[in-house]
Amino acid sequence: MRELIKKCVRQYKKSSLLSPVFVAVECIFDVLIPFVMTMLLESGIKQNDIMAVVIYGLLLVGMSLTALLFGALSGAACAKASNGFATNIRHDMFERIQDYSFEDIDKFSAASLITRMTTDVNMVQNSYMMIIRIAVRSPLMLLFGLILTISVGGPLAGVFAIVVPIMLLGMVFIFKKAMPIFKRLFKRYDRLNIVVEENIRGMRVVKSSVQEQKEIEKFTSASQDVYNDYTKASKIVVLSNPIMQLCMYIVITLIGFFGARMIIGTSGIALKDTQLSMLITYSTQILMSLMMFSMIYVNVTMSKASVDRILEVLNQQPSIKNPLNPVMTVENGSIDFENVSFSYKGKGGVKCLEDINLHIKSGETVGIIGGTGSSKTTLVQLLPRLYDVTEGSLKIGGLEVSKYDLTALRKAVAMVLQKNVLFSGTIRGNMKWGNPDATDEEIDQALKLSCADEFVYRLNGLDTHIEQGGSNVSGGQRQRLCIARALMSNPKILVLDDSTSAVDMNTDLKIRQGFKEFIPSTTKIIIAQRIVSVMDADKIIVMDNGKISAVGTHEELMEISDIYREVYNSQQGGGDFDGENQ
Amino acid sequence: MAKINKKKPNTANTENLNNPQYVVENSQDLAQNGGENKESKNKKMYKGEDRVKKAPFKTLGRIFKFMLTGKNTLIFIASILCIVLSSYASVQSMAMIEDLLIEINIQLESVKMGLSEAVSYSGILRVITTMVIIFVIGVVASYLQNMLYIELAQRTIRDFRDTMFSKMQYFPVRYFDTHTFGETMSRFTNDVDTMQDLISNSIPNIISSLVTITVCLIEMILKSWQLTLVVLITVFLMFFVIKGLGAKSAHFFIKRQYSIGKLNGYIEEMMSGQKVVKVFCHENENQANFNVINEELNENSTKANKYANIFMPIMANLTYVQYVLIAVVGAVLANYNLLTVNDTTVSYSAASIAVISAFLLLSRSFTRPINMVSQQFNAVVMALAGAGRIFDLLDTEPETDEGYVTLVKAHYNEKGEIVEGKVGDWFYAWKHPHGDGTLSYTKLEGHVLLKNVDFSYDGEKQVLFDITVDAKPGTKVALIGKTGAGKTTISNLINRFYDIDDGKIRYDGININKIKKEDLRRSLGVVLQEINLFTDTVMENIRYGNPEATDEQVYAAAKLVHADDFIKRLPEGYNTVLTLDGSNLSQGQRQLLSIARVAVADPPAMILDEATSSIDTRTEKIVQDGMDNLMKGRTVFVIAHRLSTVKNADNIMVMDGGKIVEQGNHDELMAHKGMYYSLYTGSTLE
Repeated sequence: MRELIKKCVRQYKKSSLLSPVFVAVECIFDVLIPFVMTMLLESGIKQNDIMAVVIYGLLLVGMSLTALLFGALSGAACAKASNGFATNIRHDMFERIQDYSFEDIDKFSAASLITRMTTDVNMVQNSYMMIIRIAVRSPLMLLFGLILTISVGGPLAGVFAIVVPIMLLGMVFIFKKAMPIFKRLFKRYDRLNIVVEENIRGMRVVKSSVQEQKEIEKFTSASQDVYNDYTKASKIVVLSNPIMQLCMYIVITLIGFFGARMIIGTSGIALKDTQLSMLITYSTQILMSLMMFSMIYVNVTMSKASVDRILEVLNQQPSIKNPLNPVMTVENGSIDFENVSFSYKGKGGVKCLEDINLHIKSGETVGIIGGTGSSKTTLVQLLPRLYDVTEGSLKIGGLEVSKYDLTALRKAVAMVLQKNVLFSGTIRGNMKWGNPDATDEEIDQALKLSCADEFVYRLNGLDTHIEQGGSNVSGGQRQRLCIARALMSNPKILVLDDSTSAVDMNTDLKIRQGFKEFIPSTTKIIIAQRIVSVMDADKIIVMDNGKISAVGTHEELMEISDIYREVYNSQQGGGDFDGENQ
Repeated sequence: MAKINKKKPNTANTENLNNPQYVVENSQDLAQNGGENKESKNKKMYKGEDRVKKAPFKTLGRIFKFMLTGKNTLIFIASILCIVLSSYASVQSMAMIEDLLIEINIQLESVKMGLSEAVSYSGILRVITTMVIIFVIGVVASYLQNMLYIELAQRTIRDFRDTMFSKMQYFPVRYFDTHTFGETMSRFTNDVDTMQDLISNSIPNIISSLVTITVCLIEMILKSWQLTLVVLITVFLMFFVIKGLGAKSAHFFIKRQYSIGKLNGYIEEMMSGQKVVKVFCHENENQANFNVINEELNENSTKANKYANIFMPIMANLTYVQYVLIAVVGAVLANYNLLTVNDTTVSYSAASIAVISAFLLLSRSFTRPINMVSQQFNAVVMALAGAGRIFDLLDTEPETDEGYVTLVKAHYNEKGEIVEGKVGDWFYAWKHPHGDGTLSYTKLEGHVLLKNVDFSYDGEKQVLFDITVDAKPGTKVALIGKTGAGKTTISNLINRFYDIDDGKIRYDGININKIKKEDLRRSLGVVLQEINLFTDTVMENIRYGNPEATDEQVYAAAKLVHADDFIKRLPEGYNTVLTLDGSNLSQGQRQLLSIARVAVADPPAMILDEATSSIDTRTEKIVQDGMDNLMKGRTVFVIAHRLSTVKNADNIMVMDGGKIVEQGNHDELMAHKGMYYSLYTGSTLE
């Protein structure tokens, strides 16, 4: 926690410090109030002094209002500090994640990053709020209460020597006993949720296989497990209630009895009868604070896991960085792989690409074919340095990719990813991702080239609103918009990673013809499942198991490559009905 | 309709964020489906809240009705009794101070007046003894109450869960097509969680608070009505502060909730699209956008927390002001001898100090539960909204089934008639009771006939028009056509996931409406494009298709569909536990398992709904071999968009816009030179 606080508190340091200070002031007044109250009763009633009642009364009201003011101030400071702290953490995490390479993103996974930025940050914020407020308040209340009890009641404070250990032992017992059950409980909850999740998702399977009854049995047993453990754990945890009451009652009884003896024994000199209820008030406060503190302790302990997960994100060094004196322009779209090997796990890991040697001239159209797991995608992701080669060298425009400025390189190598997304906003806004300064004419041109113009203008033109993820356009339309977006930056190299699978064959053809005609100098790399999509390429690469199995034109490959022929034959007459004929 | 099938669950709702697992869901779904259903989800939520605003007591009443059945009622009454006892004890712990002080003063005064030399502690001891007895009762009651109530609460929650799940099993498929996964899931997670909180914390707390308030009030009135009046007036004034603060804080909490939603939505969208962000070097713009949203949340959240944070000190210190007022008023009253005291054995001033001291302690015991209840109010409203949604789920109409024709094991008797019973060369047969009390048996053969079928999902937009398909036993019928042409709808109708509007569907000559749904579905195997495996061993996953299958039958099924090879190579063979929907397997292997699942059920008819479309062509070949083995001798409906998979079908139906536009076998359709021909040859359609 300390490391995180040091990193992210920044401008909220003042509030973070003010909050405990204000709380301390509030505490002092809160503790003094019963003390002054005794004076009021003593002088006001015993001495029949109305003036004293008024003066002490005013003093007390003043004190409560001061306590109220400081309490409120501390509450406000605490809100500011803890929210600011959380805001800074989120900011830093987001900033750091922006620098992540693909490798780093893979390492965490998008889902886990989201959890870390939301749930974990929340957890930490709550702990922080407790630390700078309640964690200060409780021990102070305890301390001041104890001091005043000793100063007023003297030996009576001894009761705490009896009660506090009981309470602490009780808390430790509860913590020790309940923790393992809770840990197990979380797993049981997971199991329960998995059953529900799989059931809902697979409802058609459940119904088709007529397995409703079996599912109910599965769920009932999982829910019985949760019930058993939850009940067991709760029964331990709620022991804190009777324990707390027991302690309270012991204190009241002992203070009552020994207090009475003290008052009578010294004729009200060592202890006044008015002070008795004050002592009881303090003891309530002391025990409550103790309880509160132990709860905070548990909470902060539990948030440690979240802190660790956040720090993991913040401390991850981006694995791909800009070179020192970067080259800012990419000359042309030629590509040279020389003995390139790649492993997602770095040197010594399982090689996904092995001994890749490939030379592509600027302006060529290159098709890539291969089964799932043949590393087609991996190969092209090396081009814009989404991953770095593990061994060998990769040159673009005659220069090692690592020499270029990252932004310059990625603008020059436009990728249309396989799992592509559009972002919520207008079509225009999405297109500007490719080139922030693009005019509507330029956007039109790109849309025309990707054959997206006709449906865009049937909708609301460039102002058409796109839902998050692009869910309000069909798969084929989304793919064409993604291609247009990639064209916006006038790339030297354009990579389409299975980007026309949902586009019908005619449109697919039209797009490819357009490329040939309008962006002849751009190197085009097309990964496809359908042979027809790459048949007319200058060069077709057949990938198999991370290796280049064959390179050649369609005709050549039909001669030399068994894999190619096999795929070709299996697709003969393999028209896709799913393409959207427009 | 494929769209409906594939509709991915999605909730952008922040309520899910408490549970990391479901954040995972959300993010993935959002990436695929975006906010498509966000609006409807919100509407739904508001609906739930409206309901609560309208009838919170009704919802609460239903919860109690659910909770208090059988011996639960007794336990509930017992725990309320315990609550009363323990509240009484805690109030008495404060009230007894008066008795104690009076006893002390009796002694003090007697000593002072020199009435007696020796101090007598008997009076004090008597008070202390009474206190100890009450306290023991209090602690025991509190212990018992906690133990009893936990059982009750947890059992109720468990029963809620079980009932929800059991009911859900019999919801029509339509329910799952019209409710997102996230929505249904959050009934089981968030809503049950808040209800758990309501039942196990809020309800007993509120009851105990109310009891304490009542006991306290009675005790206070007994001690001094004037001071009670002071307490009531100050509490009344405090109510205004609570209300004012509450309204303000609610306002900012809503704003904060909105900001959280916005920020989480942005985080989800960008984290899921982070790779695209990198490809377009959009990091700086993103950071700038994020900062704006992050700051906005900071602002709203700080304000909301501010109100929540200052609530406690304000209430606590107002209690002190009240405390002071009691003391001052008490002192003034005592001064003018106006304070009523019950005890006359001691001097008036001593008696009034005793009363005031006890009163001061009592007033705190009185105000504390009031604060507590007012603070819990929001939580209760939220929980009731959740409970309302749970009841909505429980109120969903289950799938109806008026079918009376059942599937039985049968054999031929000597006369060649079909009779029930698993004897010798047994087989399955439809047992058909008739109106006149007679029974007839029809051998299960897998003959599926659709005749002039019309259908619409919503009763308005017709999606199937006059569909007639005759799938004779053992033939392969292919349905092809564009997404949205109506192929999957047909499969939904055959196994009665949906019921047709017009026309007839017959299975072995029996109208499927007359067949008991479970038996109809047992006689139809379905392999879907979206593969669902369960967290269990490979063996159990295959056996899912037929729980009665022996291990040998499972092995045989796996061998039949060519899944045996790869299963044996898994770390623990058939006993390998699949997790996360079989994520450690390849797409092709997963599909093979789902085919084996159907194989072990050995149905006479099967529907393969886009079973290979998410698999690449090379892997498809392996799966196809397994599937071809399985299809032998069965009636098969193949739904596909890849033409190569349907080429060898006996009858190919080309669908377009909910109609069958062409049909025939491959050669016939090629000769026809229509839509099929043009697609097959790749020539243009226009």
